[in-house]
Amino acid sequence: MTELAVKHVSMRFALPGGDGVQALKDVSFTLTTGELLTVLGPSGCGKTTLLNIIGGFLAPTEGNLTLNDVPIKGPGAERLMVFQDGALFEWLSVEKNISFGPDMRGAPKAETEKVVSDLLKTVGLQGFGDKAVYELSGGMQQRVALARCLANDPKLILMDEPLGALDALTREKMQELILKLWKETGKTILLITHAVEEALFLGERLFVMAPRPGRIVKEYRLPFAERGLEEDPRDIKASSEFIKKREEILSMIWEMEEEIMGRQ
Amino acid sequence: MSKNNKAPSGLAIWLGLAESSFQKQKTVRFGDASMVTGGRFWSILTLFILAVLWTLSGVYKWTDPIFWPSPGAVAGQFATTATEGYRYFTLWQHTGYSVFRVITGVFFGCLVGIPLGFAMGLSTVLRGLFDPIVEFMRPIPPLALIPLVVLWFGIGEEAKIILLFLTAVFIMTIAARAGVSSVKISKVHAAYSLGATKWQVLRYVILPNALPEIFTGVRTAMGVCWATVIAAELVAANVGIGFMIMCAANFLQSDLVVMGIIIIGVIGFAIEIVMRSMETKLIPWKGKG
Repeated sequence: MTELAVKHVSMRFALPGGDGVQALKDVSFTLTTGELLTVLGPSGCGKTTLLNIIGGFLAPTEGNLTLNDVPIKGPGAERLMVFQDGALFEWLSVEKNISFGPDMRGAPKAETEKVVSDLLKTVGLQGFGDKAVYELSGGMQQRVALARCLANDPKLILMDEPLGALDALTREKMQELILKLWKETGKTILLITHAVEEALFLGERLFVMAPRPGRIVKEYRLPFAERGLEEDPRDIKASSEFIKKREEILSMIWEMEEEIMGRQ
Repeated sequence: MSKNNKAPSGLAIWLGLAESSFQKQKTVRFGDASMVTGGRFWSILTLFILAVLWTLSGVYKWTDPIFWPSPGAVAGQFATTATEGYRYFTLWQHTGYSVFRVITGVFFGCLVGIPLGFAMGLSTVLRGLFDPIVEFMRPIPPLALIPLVVLWFGIGEEAKIILLFLTAVFIMTIAARAGVSSVKISKVHAAYSLGATKWQVLRYVILPNALPEIFTGVRTAMGVCWATVIAAELVAANVGIGFMIMCAANFLQSDLVVMGIIIIGVIGFAIEIVMRSMETKLIPWKGKG
């Protein structure tokens, strides 16, 4: 059971000279078990700040958050983050990266080995267990990052633009992998991205955020993620429904940018 | 026309006498660093010419043998010293003492410098406290410390080791501090997220991340200490390669002096090679983070 409750969270960075930056203003939402939420927005809309607050790396200046009614005060293995650059440990092999969480906890070796070998299969990296992570391609490294996260059975998986550094083809393949993992594990996922197509394809729920101050301006419930598990992603992304939504959101973001430019 | 299509031999390219077929097609040459390869043919030529000149200078006595010995004299002196020793110690002992002093000095320098560097990299207070001392002491040439060290500790083994310790410790502190500071914050965040305690983050994330920098520090320290030990032995010793050179110079035995210098160069070079190969073996992830 997972319930993330974000209540009136604001983040204000005070600058010398009076004026501050309102990175987030009064953000509230709830995320429940098994939802896949994508958060989309232009640079500076506060989505990374929000993710860092949920991940426990930043404390909000106002408001509070709870996971299953337990207040979030710092990082923890029940809310694991997959970073854009992977943040893998290059001095450890693929296996040892994946087993890092259980190893730190002192989990029994035999159990950990089984978890690791199962995960290697799930993310499609069998046979790569003893390789050094820097020998892998970008896409493969992100799979290791995903496996490292899953090895701890987190309640909530946070993803900070996890596919941003990948080429277009690998990116699409990884999107399918994320959907597959979501379906097979039933985990709750919060993914931020600035790629509209990605947010639409993956998000069964989607927030669009606007900057200055950072806030959620629109919420969508979308059918594409569910369909992505059965149909060919290319068909979905080429469908008129998808394209219509894409254009709608792109215009929204475009207007946001123009408004900011206009204000300057 | 047919000449241009044959690929140059690997040997010719290695010697620097031919370009690879890719390089031949380049139109911009001057300023392209990748076009300047080893040029080994010319290096071999230089060594050959120097060897010939040296031999001839000995044969034709272009200089007084006291100023510059012939290769024969140096080789002969090497054979003599290797079998008979010099001033109550064998050649092995002279080189051994010098190398031992360096290794010991670097060892203690690491023992103190690495934890200190870590502390400085992790705590503002400790960094502030030690920064003035470290930054002031590091640029001081160890040779300038010799008079003080001799005054306080005499001219025995301890004095030399202490001097080398002082040489190495500030290098290691700065290397360790840099290693700690270079850890990417996303890795630290990832580790805490995955459930690591502060101590585990230090031991399993920060430490391995700092190893490449620390190793570079050890390499530097070994090199600087090798130079320093020779100088220290020039001042106050009764065994060691530097001592041997000093003594031989006092008696105008320049063949011994040149022999000693060659040994110093060879050992310094060997130390660097050993360190480099240890680095490749122990820290294969260097530069790949």
